[in-house]
Amino acid sequence: MGALIADVIAWFGDPSNLTGSTGVPVRILEHIRYSGVALIIAALIAVPIGALVGHTGRGGFAVVGVANGLRSLPEIGVVLLLVTFVGGVSLTPVTIALVILAIPPLLGGTYAGVRNVDRATVDAARGMGMTEREILTKVELPNALPLIIGGLRTATLQVIATAAVAALVGVGGLGRYLIDGLGVRDYTQMAAGALLIAALALLAEAVLAGVQRLVVSPGLRATASTGRRAAAPPSEPVEEPQTRSTPVPEPARS
Amino acid sequence: MIDWNWIPANADRLGPAIVQHLILALVPVLVGLIVAVPVGWMANRYRTARAILVPAAGLLYTIPSLVLFIVLPGILGTQILDPLNVVVALSVYTVALLVRSVADALAAVPGMVVAAATAMGYRPARRFAQVELPLSLPVLISGLRVATVTNISLVAVGALIGIGGLGYFLTDGFLRNSQTSIIVGTLLIFVIALIFDSLLVLVGKLATPWVGAGGSR
Repeated sequence: MGALIADVIAWFGDPSNLTGSTGVPVRILEHIRYSGVALIIAALIAVPIGALVGHTGRGGFAVVGVANGLRSLPEIGVVLLLVTFVGGVSLTPVTIALVILAIPPLLGGTYAGVRNVDRATVDAARGMGMTEREILTKVELPNALPLIIGGLRTATLQVIATAAVAALVGVGGLGRYLIDGLGVRDYTQMAAGALLIAALALLAEAVLAGVQRLVVSPGLRATASTGRRAAAPPSEPVEEPQTRSTPVPEPARS
Repeated sequence: MIDWNWIPANADRLGPAIVQHLILALVPVLVGLIVAVPVGWMANRYRTARAILVPAAGLLYTIPSLVLFIVLPGILGTQILDPLNVVVALSVYTVALLVRSVADALAAVPGMVVAAATAMGYRPARRFAQVELPLSLPVLISGLRVATVTNISLVAVGALIGIGGLGYFLTDGFLRNSQTSIIVGTLLIFVIALIFDSLLVLVGKLATPWVGAGGSR
């Protein structure tokens, strides 16, 4: 253990690991790029669907079913299968797999968030003459933000953790250190890569926690249970939200 | 795309792989549950414990699984190919996930019910076992469902380092360029996860007959 720590420190001190096209900075940026692209695509798909279904209340059953079903799919299998279809070294299968991975928490969080907005609040907005679109964008979505960001935090963690499998199919990212190290039994390199991925995940978590603090209306932090739920990283299976039930916490992992 | 001859040719390897997969995934669920109940109880009972335990559990959850599989041998002194690494790693995740579930589940038990049980002479230990824990089951079981499904899916990641039940068919299929092997492995993991998820829903329904009875609250 002690020797391993010393080896890892020495690894990080070796300039050849820190520079060039296979150096740590390049790998980190690749990792962030793969994760970011997948998260953006997933958000573009999941948030509108979740918001619409949450607002209308129609199709909730299907959304819950799809979100829970996708969660049972082993993403390693999905990546490897897609790679054999696409063939060659390509980022596409990895991105598709990461998008599939990120959709359930985002979809579930948005749906549950919008659905859980106090009916009295929505009725008040309707009574004030807001159009349905205004109700969704000005009332329901801001009120749903803690759960939506909770879903995003879960999705981000899972995607950063899973983007390491990109290395399996020959593209870059921090997974390279794990897979290359495994290939030549270079335990130090694997441990260094593992540390970097964990650090990146923690950093992303901290950044998103900060974003949440900035964008969520202070009024939504008043009740302890809301705040607690919003901060929840792991998710329960998404259930049809019931009115005023026990906390059905949102937001899982890889 | 699917080579139908592959299935009978490999049938004798599928059974043991399924068994190994289930052991690697489900033992951690049990271990995790046993550890998480007392820890979650503490988190619910003491404010300071909650402030420390719940964020700490969340932090554990942020460590990628592949990372844990690789780092654990260094900590445990095991070989990298030791299945114990996977079991310990998944137990850690299960605890991380369930501590919050247990604490939230216990917090959701109405105070009046606890007060009524106390008034009826239930001592704390018996009150916990016979009143608070059963009433917290709906939230606890939804946490267990996530842990179980996640574990069944995560065991496959272990195949990357050489252990992983059905995950073997994924990495081996990839190396041999056999789509059938990958498809069968992925589908089996998917179906097993769905089966255990449904089983837990069923157990939850049977264990909490009062939920849904007597109309809306």
